[in-house]
Amino acid sequence: MVALRRMVSDARFGLARQVRLPGPFPLDGGTALDLLEVAYETYGDPAHPAILVCHALTGDHHVASAHPRTGKPGWWQRIVGPGRPIDTERFLIVCANVLGSCMGSSGPASLAPDGRPYAMRFPVITIGDMVRAQAALLDHLGIAQLHAVVGGSMGGMQALQWSAAHPERVAAALVIASSARHSAQNIAFHEVGRQAIMADPNWRGGDYYDGPAPTAGLAVARMAAHITYLSEAGLTEKFGRRLQAREAKTFGFDADFQVESYLRHQGLSFTDRFDANAYLTITRAMDYFDLSEEHGSLGRAFAGSRTRFCLLSFDSDWLYPTAESRAVVHALNAAGAPVSFVELSSPAGHDAFLLPHAEMERIIAGFLG
Amino acid sequence: MGELRPDLAIIAAQVPPGVRVLDVGCGDGALLAALRDGKGVDARGLEIDGGNVAAAVARGLSVVQGDADVDLAAYPDRSFDYAVLSQTLQTVRRPDRVLDDLLRIGERAFVSFPNFAHWRTRVSLLWGGRMPVTRLLPEAWYATPNIHHLTIDDFRAFARERGVRIEAAWFLAGTQRLSPAAANFRAEHAVFLLSRNG
Repeated sequence: MVALRRMVSDARFGLARQVRLPGPFPLDGGTALDLLEVAYETYGDPAHPAILVCHALTGDHHVASAHPRTGKPGWWQRIVGPGRPIDTERFLIVCANVLGSCMGSSGPASLAPDGRPYAMRFPVITIGDMVRAQAALLDHLGIAQLHAVVGGSMGGMQALQWSAAHPERVAAALVIASSARHSAQNIAFHEVGRQAIMADPNWRGGDYYDGPAPTAGLAVARMAAHITYLSEAGLTEKFGRRLQAREAKTFGFDADFQVESYLRHQGLSFTDRFDANAYLTITRAMDYFDLSEEHGSLGRAFAGSRTRFCLLSFDSDWLYPTAESRAVVHALNAAGAPVSFVELSSPAGHDAFLLPHAEMERIIAGFLG
Repeated sequence: MGELRPDLAIIAAQVPPGVRVLDVGCGDGALLAALRDGKGVDARGLEIDGGNVAAAVARGLSVVQGDADVDLAAYPDRSFDYAVLSQTLQTVRRPDRVLDDLLRIGERAFVSFPNFAHWRTRVSLLWGGRMPVTRLLPEAWYATPNIHHLTIDDFRAFARERGVRIEAAWFLAGTQRLSPAAANFRAEHAVFLLSRNG
């Protein structure tokens, strides 16, 4: 009851929070933000050890609560909750919308000091900047030490960045389906998405906030990216060459195939919840990510680290394949850090970390202790 | 917790408290858990089977899924007090290189393996004329993970050739400890404690 009262009385903790932290907030690119806004949620008792959950490219802080626009359940509701692998009855869970996004944290759609949206005036940011914004939030919440930082995909990059930049604050890092650097192929797919957005006449150099948004370009970007989140076997199993609500091919360019119809739906529904300029900003931050570049070598990034690590990859994930995780594991072994690693089996490709996977859930629970 | 396999029980009894141990081919982490919980050992593992690794990590152990033939290279010299290779030597592609890595990474190494010169194996091969399928070696030739069968005397000669010092040895028939006398004939399993000469 005492804990419950404290939760209720302290407005810093709870669902759908937002804080404005006074700047200047310096960025890796050399500029600074005058003001840092961070949208976030917390779950559980603030007196418990804290776990920071980091979201992926198009994710948000609604890790275990309904999305305000789509009404869909939280993106990791099966992992975060009472009695779940990340147990809200034993830990304080913090999840923040990343810097550069569009769900309440500072990003291209936020208002600049002149009262107009930043648009393309929003600085190019890095994964390091995202982590510094999270660190500023944790300072605001009075959380000095993290029991663990956990993330999949871009969230895993943040977890790695956290343990390299703030090893003293991170007791354990759980990195799922991720990488310590963006590969040429990763950058290439992102560039396709960015060019699709920029080729949309509605994009207008990013200044579209008082007119129609570049939804066609953003939808194409999402369609291309969505393919990279699935495996070839998964797509074949789900759609094969089946036709969409018709008996025969139409000899036209309508969505004859189910897979086309599915991708179009994925692309369009994405534009309801995401800002095109934020997509440009965050994909750029991911492309710039290379932990070894920053530290000279990957081993040096983790030298002397006392953080416990666990890396998980999926055998059908060709976006961040097992070899990327293994490179991190080898660097951690060389640094003498306690590290666990498993390649999990799943037909679901990169998206597997968001889907039910009993073995992954057991490992998460066991690793977090 | 269940009982440790006899060779692992010998190793667990020998490892002093508080040291650093790398168990190569650690299975589901039974030895690591015993060392961590019983002796406060900083215990790490390497294991090729994903299901085994998942079980070990789920019990809070630090275990990496990997291949002893490939992934030992990433571990720095002298980074562990003891490296353990239990029932794994006969399954790797290059036992000689794995053993070199073991004594590079660990100050000392425990190695345990099934003795192919045990009398029952000899009898089976001599009279049956077929590759032995015994309690000790339960798989048929085409299904066995044991691709480099060796005997206790093979291992002794190998250690001599490679300049590896045998600090101690233990011999087992089932769960029974045997004297070193005629171990190459009588023992089903051997456990050696090794270090580099000089």
